[in-house]
Amino acid sequence: MSTNENYEDHGLLRFLTCGSVDDGKSTLIGRLLFDTKTILADTLSAITKTSEKRGMGAVDLSLLTDGLQAEREQGITIDVAYRYFSTGTRKYIIADAPGHEQYTRNMVTAASTANLAIILIDARKGILTQTRRHSKLASLVGIPHLLVAINKMDLVDYSQATYEKIKADYLEFAGKLGIEDVRFIPLSALNGDMIVDRGDSLNWYDGPTLLEILEETPGAHTEHTEKFRFPVQYVCRPQDSANPDLHDYRGFMGRVEAGSLKVGDAVTVLPSGLSSTVKAIQIGGVNIPEAVTEQSVTILLADEIDTSRGDMIVKSSEVPAAVKQIEATVCWMAEAPMDRARTYLIRHTTRDSKAKLAAIDHRLDVNTLEKVPAEKLAMNDIAQVTFKLAQPLFADPYLENRGTGAFIIIDESNNNTVGAGMIL
Amino acid sequence: MTQRSTLSHLDWLEAEAIHIMREVAGQCSNPVLLFSGGKDSICMLRLAEKAFRPGKFPFPLMHIDTGHNYKEVVAFRDKRAAELGERLIVRSVEDSMKRGTVVLKHEGESRNKHQSVTLLEAIEEFGFDACIGGARRDEEKARAKERIFSFRDEFGQWDPKNQRPELWSLYNARSHKGENIRAFPISNWTEMDVWQYIEREGLELPSIYFAHTRPVAMRQGAIVPVNVPLVGGGVANPSKPGEEIIDLQVRFRTVGDISCTAPVESDADDVSKIVFETATTTITERGATRLDDQTSDASMEQRKKEGYF
Repeated sequence: MSTNENYEDHGLLRFLTCGSVDDGKSTLIGRLLFDTKTILADTLSAITKTSEKRGMGAVDLSLLTDGLQAEREQGITIDVAYRYFSTGTRKYIIADAPGHEQYTRNMVTAASTANLAIILIDARKGILTQTRRHSKLASLVGIPHLLVAINKMDLVDYSQATYEKIKADYLEFAGKLGIEDVRFIPLSALNGDMIVDRGDSLNWYDGPTLLEILEETPGAHTEHTEKFRFPVQYVCRPQDSANPDLHDYRGFMGRVEAGSLKVGDAVTVLPSGLSSTVKAIQIGGVNIPEAVTEQSVTILLADEIDTSRGDMIVKSSEVPAAVKQIEATVCWMAEAPMDRARTYLIRHTTRDSKAKLAAIDHRLDVNTLEKVPAEKLAMNDIAQVTFKLAQPLFADPYLENRGTGAFIIIDESNNNTVGAGMIL
Repeated sequence: MTQRSTLSHLDWLEAEAIHIMREVAGQCSNPVLLFSGGKDSICMLRLAEKAFRPGKFPFPLMHIDTGHNYKEVVAFRDKRAAELGERLIVRSVEDSMKRGTVVLKHEGESRNKHQSVTLLEAIEEFGFDACIGGARRDEEKARAKERIFSFRDEFGQWDPKNQRPELWSLYNARSHKGENIRAFPISNWTEMDVWQYIEREGLELPSIYFAHTRPVAMRQGAIVPVNVPLVGGGVANPSKPGEEIIDLQVRFRTVGDISCTAPVESDADDVSKIVFETATTTITERGATRLDDQTSDASMEQRKKEGYF
């Protein structure tokens, strides 16, 4: 790590690891943290002690990612955990999701913020049902980059033929998934081969190491030009009597969900449809010339337009449609099944609307990847549905823009988040 | 070369934290920001300035004072709140002790975990529906699975098995009366990110974060500051009879209740030296310095279930 201001900062990459305990997922994460020197001596000594207590021969790096007491008792990961490491040029956030079928919702949660997914395959077992499930979920949630990591190569004598066979099998079904960028890598997480260091056992593989692939993967919002989308979170009206300059200050605060905006651009505020131009863009009251994707800024307009939380500022040349009915892929996340008779709350950007289920088009069997008819939605179900909305939403298709294509479903009786949706 | 990110990692983290603070302000009717005078909460104040200036903060600041805080930090806390012109509420564990809601097992028991009681009392007193805190997921294992918006029931309890799913950056801060939300804008920051941000923003810190000489004793392998003068008179951590006291050059990596934060040996007397030390250290932040986390492997999880931050 360096604080030298001349070093290149490649920002931040969020990725997801999918696989079960048996695939060596925790070991892979432990290895990444260990080999990038993220694990410090006292943590290492604690897991060494635990490994010895459990009668293990070598230090069990998977212990690094064991989080909660309940899980430690069950020996499985039951929720999404977030891990961090940095290479000096880039910061990484790993979302670690469990692979069991009943935890589809956790994987969808972890995938929602990721730009790359590592799909782990045990080289001895090849492609399993869960491999197909993980790959399908990754594509549904719109992860643009997939890295298929064929692990435990040490247990198949580092056989190139085994690797090539699994790769060919994977490509055969992956063609249907529509993910643009799929890459493959042979690994031994246990021995650290091809993760940070190349090791000596996989010399037939001449591609990049796992860390090299991570370093080269484009971050979110860097690969396509996007339309400017700015959901208003909060309106700042200081009305400071001691400072007359601020008397007319009306700052629209939010984060740029997509695209960029310059001072002088023509904008439209939704739902009113009124137009103005950008007078200033600020962070903390200080002017900046331009706002880019993912930046949190304050926008001041040349004209006084009544605007509040839940409104959206867009460029006048790129106004999205206002929709009162949406078709979406939904993942149901609550113990109680979705009740067709009930009204739910949909939260989309900073805007809420009451919603009723109009139709379930089909459910997706995440194991066979077949579309099956469905009357209800239970926990971990994925389905294509239609909602009717009380308020219009300003939506884009999810695959075009995750920020304005995604929503969550809230049960107003207990305020729980019960589902996640992606607009088609 | 193709562009691999739109923002530098610090700019991204800053933007995310601002977004989270504004979500709290937009969704909750009566939030509060917890400010202790420690480094993480000093970053939080800078982030709040970036989120809400030129307006006032849409929440007051609050400190739960154990009465056993370093006086340099307490003085810094008051000075910083005054400079910002924001309202600071201080509620004290000693008042809870007087009310009888906090009972120490013995006089020397650490008051750190009892902050939870005073915090819950303050939440009730002011009717806060959200508390914004500076906890980070990299601090401790149990925190790695903490949501950015964490729901607490009316007893302030955290149920790790019943947390709301949190997807994209769509946060659900809804709560019924009596329940509340804890929001953690710097969840995704590491200790290194915090120091880099302090360096970049030129943030002022209490002096005890920098190398200084103070009397310490070695207890169970930890450096324990002894005879620490308290704001209200008297000393914390009195030295024990026969104990060897040495003057050591140290700095604090984390600052909290005197009874449970230990310093590390260091000659880093400015932020850039601390950034370098942080990059090359072999001991984790809490491992080196938090005496309260070592009680049991799951002690943080236990405290959080009981309403701790």
